[in-house]
Amino acid sequence: MTLAPVVYKTTTEIKGPILMVQNIRDVSFDEIVYIQRPNGELVQGSVLDVSREMAMIQCFGGTAGLDLNTKLSFSGDVLRIPVSEDLIGRVFSGSFKPLDGMPQIIGKERRDVNGGVINPAAREVPKEFIQTGMSGIDGMNSLVRGQKLPIFSESGLAHNELAAQIARQATIPGSESDFAIVFGAMGIKNEEAAYFRAEFEKTGALNKSVMILNLADDPSIERIVTPRIAQTVAEYLAFDLGMHVLVILTDMTNYAEALRAISIAREEIPTRKGYPGYLYSDLATIYERAGRIRGRPGSVTLMPILSMPAGDITHPIPDLTGYITEGQIILTRELALRGLYPPMNVLPSLSRLMKDGIGEETTREDHQDVSNQLYMAYAEGTRARGLVRIVGTVGLSERERQWLRFADRFEQEFINQGIYENRTIEQTLALAWDILSDLPEDDLIRVREAYIEKYHPDHKSEA
Amino acid sequence: MSERITGTIERINGSLIVGKFEQEAKMGDLVEVGNLKLMGEIVRLREEIAYIQCYESTSGLKPGEPVVDIGTPLVAELGPGIMGQIVDGVQRSEMELWELTGPFISRGANISPLNRKKKWNFEPTVKAGDKVVGGDIIGTVQETEMFVHKILVPPDLEGTIKTLTGGVYTVTDTVGVLETDSGEIDLKMMQTWPVRVGRPIKERLTLSQPLITGQRVIDTFFPCAKGGASAVPGGFGTGKTVILQQIAKWSDADIIVYIGCGERGNEMADVVEQFPEIEDPKSGKKLIERTIIVANVSNMAVSAREASIYMGITIGEYFRDQGYDVALMADSTSRWAEALRDISGRLEEIPAEAGFPAYLADRIAEIYERAGRVEILGSEQNYGSLTLLGAVSPPGGDYSEPVTTTTLRFIGTFWALDSQLAYRRHFPAINWLRSFTRYLEVAARWWSEFDPSWERTRALALRVLEEAAEIEETARIIGEKALPDDQRLVLLVAEMLREGFLVQSAFHEIDRFCSPEKQVALLKIFTDFYNSTRPLIEQGVPIDQIRELDVIREIMRLKEREGEEPIKDARSTMNVQISALAKQYEVNSQ
Ligand SMILES: Nc1ncnc2c1ncn2[C@@H]1O[C@H](COP(=O)(O)OP(=O)(O)OP(=O)(O)O)[C@@H](O)[C@H]1O
Ligand SMILES: [Mg+2]
Repeated sequence: MTLAPVVYKTTTEIKGPILMVQNIRDVSFDEIVYIQRPNGELVQGSVLDVSREMAMIQCFGGTAGLDLNTKLSFSGDVLRIPVSEDLIGRVFSGSFKPLDGMPQIIGKERRDVNGGVINPAAREVPKEFIQTGMSGIDGMNSLVRGQKLPIFSESGLAHNELAAQIARQATIPGSESDFAIVFGAMGIKNEEAAYFRAEFEKTGALNKSVMILNLADDPSIERIVTPRIAQTVAEYLAFDLGMHVLVILTDMTNYAEALRAISIAREEIPTRKGYPGYLYSDLATIYERAGRIRGRPGSVTLMPILSMPAGDITHPIPDLTGYITEGQIILTRELALRGLYPPMNVLPSLSRLMKDGIGEETTREDHQDVSNQLYMAYAEGTRARGLVRIVGTVGLSERERQWLRFADRFEQEFINQGIYENRTIEQTLALAWDILSDLPEDDLIRVREAYIEKYHPDHKSEA
Repeated sequence: MSERITGTIERINGSLIVGKFEQEAKMGDLVEVGNLKLMGEIVRLREEIAYIQCYESTSGLKPGEPVVDIGTPLVAELGPGIMGQIVDGVQRSEMELWELTGPFISRGANISPLNRKKKWNFEPTVKAGDKVVGGDIIGTVQETEMFVHKILVPPDLEGTIKTLTGGVYTVTDTVGVLETDSGEIDLKMMQTWPVRVGRPIKERLTLSQPLITGQRVIDTFFPCAKGGASAVPGGFGTGKTVILQQIAKWSDADIIVYIGCGERGNEMADVVEQFPEIEDPKSGKKLIERTIIVANVSNMAVSAREASIYMGITIGEYFRDQGYDVALMADSTSRWAEALRDISGRLEEIPAEAGFPAYLADRIAEIYERAGRVEILGSEQNYGSLTLLGAVSPPGGDYSEPVTTTTLRFIGTFWALDSQLAYRRHFPAINWLRSFTRYLEVAARWWSEFDPSWERTRALALRVLEEAAEIEETARIIGEKALPDDQRLVLLVAEMLREGFLVQSAFHEIDRFCSPEKQVALLKIFTDFYNSTRPLIEQGVPIDQIRELDVIREIMRLKEREGEEPIKDARSTMNVQISALAKQYEVNSQ
């Protein structure tokens, strides 16, 4: 990276992460800009708004230390990264500088990090069930290849452990295939990144992974490009090389905050909590890159992690994410405090693509009904638990007590599991039936009668 | 012909382009933007300066590149070939785009909405010498096995047919000649219409029929009418898309226009995959033969998202004008409103609430105004209807935000989704206390033909549900056990109604569609159960005895059983069991 021949020193204003530059020529929208820091180091920025005389530039490397005489030049192109098979096993910074001491990739091709839009008509509906070995997910919120399923968490909860466990255990029952992990970090702590690295190493996944790391002490505006680079790498591995790619992006809240910082500097009219009105569309340009394409072998499965500020699910970041992704897995402090791992609150959790991935041909015919029944019974159980706080256990009807006992067992035995415990879907369903069979059969209203006959432990032993 | 006005790009700010034209351009005109000839539309004009919203990503554009006002506004192309299409917000076929540019949409692709090469068999229905006016049918094309495309005289024309010949034509071939006051005009199968202008009608009529959807909580409790407008607001994952898709699949409309407006690509793929497979319950033919899909997904340019709603409505109106009952789903109108906000923000307009422009309410009104049952144009008296169903995605699930509150003013049915219901997988998660319909009278007239007591039965069921909600409030404080038995009976019947009637899985092979006959019979068995157990409770039979009745389980499973026969059987069992209980306690049953 060097300054292009035409160097400008015509910055008229620096405001937060934004530079205004005048007397420019031949500059295009979205073009990458190289900005020289006082120590000679070059950092990148991009053009947000351009007229004949003036360009507004967002500086990914931060503007601290820059003055109006800062030297900058325009690259003549949008942000691209080189792609090739050599990406696999590498570690890069949040703006794609090698961090592993090895040379930069030389790719035959350089891809626009903004990607394209997958034509909806060319999309293949994701249907392949991924067994994660976690009952709360496999049994009730099944993940399928090509899905985007975020984890909504809070700081200090076990989302990293959960994501790493999923990455470690994810398999398609009965098939061997070429997989890869793309890990994009935005503003997480060094030790968190190290944790993922160590976990990937344990299972040998490290040499199947690509890490793009913007850590807590890296420039915050760089986080705007980090997830886009990660998705560009993932798309290449999936749709060019035919691999099944799991993308973990963490923490999307830090991404959104970077976006907000730019928006505020531009004096845009904020909507909720200072976030710009285009946050939904902007997040969609990252999330929607997951999926499958008809006639191509690979897939991009996306698992963004985001922390809900103050545990508030209505906060714009989880809210808008939930409106784009195909469900969400929700971790709560309340369950964590009770010592549960994963501290997953299944009630507000959802996998929208579950129905296509499960059933007779892939998991088992009763899977959906069992899941629906667990949901209903657990909802009743938590309602009963709320009542206990007011009227005490004595005030409960026998039926309510049953729900309550169900909820306790369900949390302790079904949701709760070990970090290295890997349950098959058969084990998960057997466990579900075992717990459900504590309830009177008439209350299993969400399960088809034929399945009760076939799978209920009481009937099974009769047969 | 329209004149092309040229100019240059002065500024690029995201999707907004500022262009300077050699002469004054025209508001609303389409513009070719830049060397790539991206498509855009003029949204504001100040002398020779035009503000253009660009329908595609503007990445890489430079000031100084050309802009060309092509002299026409955004139009829909209407004619044979439209049925079964999946198009983007500006009506480009996504199947063709895929063939042309691969699975990733590339910019500047120029394809005509209706296929220009495909030939159709045109059968005239009028002949030389006949006088015709706008809206008259001049011929038909059997477009799909189930769908007859009626070729209409464009709304603004009138005259005498000079020639008209049947045969095999493309949509742009001349099929005949019309003599008008201002000269001869070639008649073609294709016509165009500017999407932001409603197609003319003779008269708006009062609504007369419910739109039957096969979804019990909708048809029985909060029905929509053909030609009416409904909103379905709800937080993420509460079931808006599934409801709209259910209606697209099972409702008794003739034609479906499904707009995916700023939503998920995978959902559109799902529709594209399913609709050619699923059979229309009315005709037995594949659903895709009566469906048009507008898919402008969330990561496509926001300005095309804004246009997609108008595109869909115009297509819907065109079928209405052929005398069909059309149902249009827009998922989600909130994404459309956000696109409006985005463009308004870039134009630096003064925002009103939550950043939305002050004209938000006008625009929402304009959209819902295009719904209706109407007398359509033409020399004879004919009718058609366009029903609008819009999803609303309120931020944080909070219904007090501007798009939800504004929409409420212009619609007749409000299906309020409730995340608490969704959490317990009570679907459709339509909250029966917060939802409403203004079409009850229309629906009651229709349902009374099936069952004269329908209104009473419905009212009783709804009352039980409402009372149960109040009783539950008390139960939350003192516990259910402490309630008097008559109140616990209300809770029991409400629970039966919830699980046995309101809950309806979209994925259950039988229950996904419930015929009107079955809805009536099913509802009645719940109210009858209530009516015949209440006297027992009043005479001291304990609630626990009633709860123990075997028939309850059967009643709650009736929805999963085919047809109405099992309902009859359950009714006899119910009567026997209740009489037996009455006898056991030596009290009177009715
Ligand atoms: N009638 C139904 N029967 C069974 N399941 C349903 C039904 N309605 C909704 N669901 C379940 O709820 C999930 C979410 O529904 P849906 O996608 O329609 O939500 P939405 O309101 O459109 O959310 P978003 O605003 O995020 O698009 C579905 O994937 C499905 O699992
Ligand atoms: Mg939806």
